Amino acid sequence: MRNYTSRYIPNTEEQQKSMLETMGMKSLDEIFKDIPEELKLNRALNIPDDMAEYELIKHMQNMASKNANMDDYVCFLGAGAYDHYIPSIIRHMLMRGEFYTAYTPYQPEISQGTLQAIFEYQTMICELTGMDVANASMYDGASAATEAIILACNGKRKNEVVISAALNPEYKKVINTYARFNGFKVIEAAYCNGITDISDLEKKITGDTAAVFIQSPNFFGAIEDLTNAGQIAHKNDIYFIVSVDPISLGILKPPAEYGAHIVVGEGQALGNPMGFGGPYLGFFAVKKELMRKMPGRIVGQTTDVNGKRGFVLTMQTREQHIRREKATSNICTNQALNALTATIYLTVLGKKGLKEVGELCVQKSHYAYDRLLETGKFEAAFTSPFFKEFALKAKNGISIEELNMKLLNDKIIGGYDLGKDFEEMKDGWLVAVTEKRSKEDIDRLVEKVNCL
Amino acid sequence: MKLESGLKYSKEHEWVRVAGNKAYIGITDFAQNSLGDIVFVEMPEVGAELASGDTLGVVESVKAASDIYTPVSGTVTKINENLNNSPESINEDPYESWIIALELSDPAELDDLMDEKEYEQFCSKEG
Repeated sequence: MRNYTSRYIPNTEEQQKSMLETMGMKSLDEIFKDIPEELKLNRALNIPDDMAEYELIKHMQNMASKNANMDDYVCFLGAGAYDHYIPSIIRHMLMRGEFYTAYTPYQPEISQGTLQAIFEYQTMICELTGMDVANASMYDGASAATEAIILACNGKRKNEVVISAALNPEYKKVINTYARFNGFKVIEAAYCNGITDISDLEKKITGDTAAVFIQSPNFFGAIEDLTNAGQIAHKNDIYFIVSVDPISLGILKPPAEYGAHIVVGEGQALGNPMGFGGPYLGFFAVKKELMRKMPGRIVGQTTDVNGKRGFVLTMQTREQHIRREKATSNICTNQALNALTATIYLTVLGKKGLKEVGELCVQKSHYAYDRLLETGKFEAAFTSPFFKEFALKAKNGISIEELNMKLLNDKIIGGYDLGKDFEEMKDGWLVAVTEKRSKEDIDRLVEKVNCL
Repeated sequence: MKLESGLKYSKEHEWVRVAGNKAYIGITDFAQNSLGDIVFVEMPEVGAELASGDTLGVVESVKAASDIYTPVSGTVTKINENLNNSPESINEDPYESWIIALELSDPAELDDLMDEKEYEQFCSKEG
């Protein structure tokens, strides 16, 4: 094996030798002697030889060019992550050294700028959702959803939750994984015409139910009846948890107005690129009565000894490093850089800009919906109102998988194949249309579909 | 360390004042002193049934959040609503700042608790 120590490991061979001597060891391998022989690799790693910087850049570019990217392809895929326009100022601000960290700092108060940015993020999430308190962010929409359920179960000292069947299937998987080890029970309320069946939701509530959980717009893109779901939750004295698409809140009523106790969601759409596996961010906001049960980090505003405005990590006694096994959650960090992205995004767009993005999503998605139905190759899966994403059913045995493969050859990323998650939606195609899609993009999709 | 005679004390640093079949429960001067400035008290719901040793609530100070355990069993009949607005009264006067009142279901449990002299000794060993 080549000797990389001089380049990447700061201590010299001599220093290593002296450290080993102090420990009474002869070689580095001796440090790992507790690891059984059969588990050790016992051969050199199968990696290529070293390259010059220029060669390396070429090599990486070659590999990267094998990926489809949003500059070369037209994307109609959503299902949880969305291709919204990312203002170029975001990249410039994110790359500033003062901000460039993945985490809430561990010695937080010396990083006043980072704390202020997180504080402003929290403030914006509260304004968007209408809630009282937001945390510094969670890992993603799925983990935020799960933590909301854990909070509800702890708050009500009950162990059941009724979730909508129209919830993102990936969220369901994460929720069920936690349920298995946290001892809460997940019950699904059926959907009807693409939205949660309110009467089934009500039927599934028992004396052990801590909360009902609805996503709106839901996985099918349909806008839920939050008024009735909220009333049912309040009537039964249980928590009402709502997962939202933050982009939709420029034009739709904030969940707080429907009586939500906890509002969560995936924050990727707020200026973060679509990445396979993230990193994304989850947002999490509650009514004041629940703030001491909220998971994660919270930045608060205070005054220093000289009376000047300053920022601190507040209410840390809920957290793992202080409250140990009784902490509200095991998250003791946040997605700082992604939350900063969301903050810059919302600042750059402003209230008016966010509303415009929302309106464009509605107009363009409805144009695409009408045009695709006109082709006669599809029928509407549901008739419920939608925001930027809608479900169609292919007619005449058209295979969604084949359709998407054909589109991909024409540099179009087609809609999500709903048959992957919903047995009753074998011919289902979930199409997302953001403000980025031009009329030409949509017409080109329709034209390709027409050629089937 | 302040103590008050006539109260019963637990090893978890709660005190119990008995009045008929009712018991008022709070935390001791030793407890408030170790916790520091108290900023929030989480209390159970009236009507909750607690067994001796159950968590009755949480006291949160600037440096920690600690569970409070009930040393006796019973049904919660009252909670001290004043603590919602002035949790610091526990620091100022721990023996007047009761947290909950219980209807005792097993008064014999009181015999297992300490009086103020025994509790003082217990604390001196702990400290």
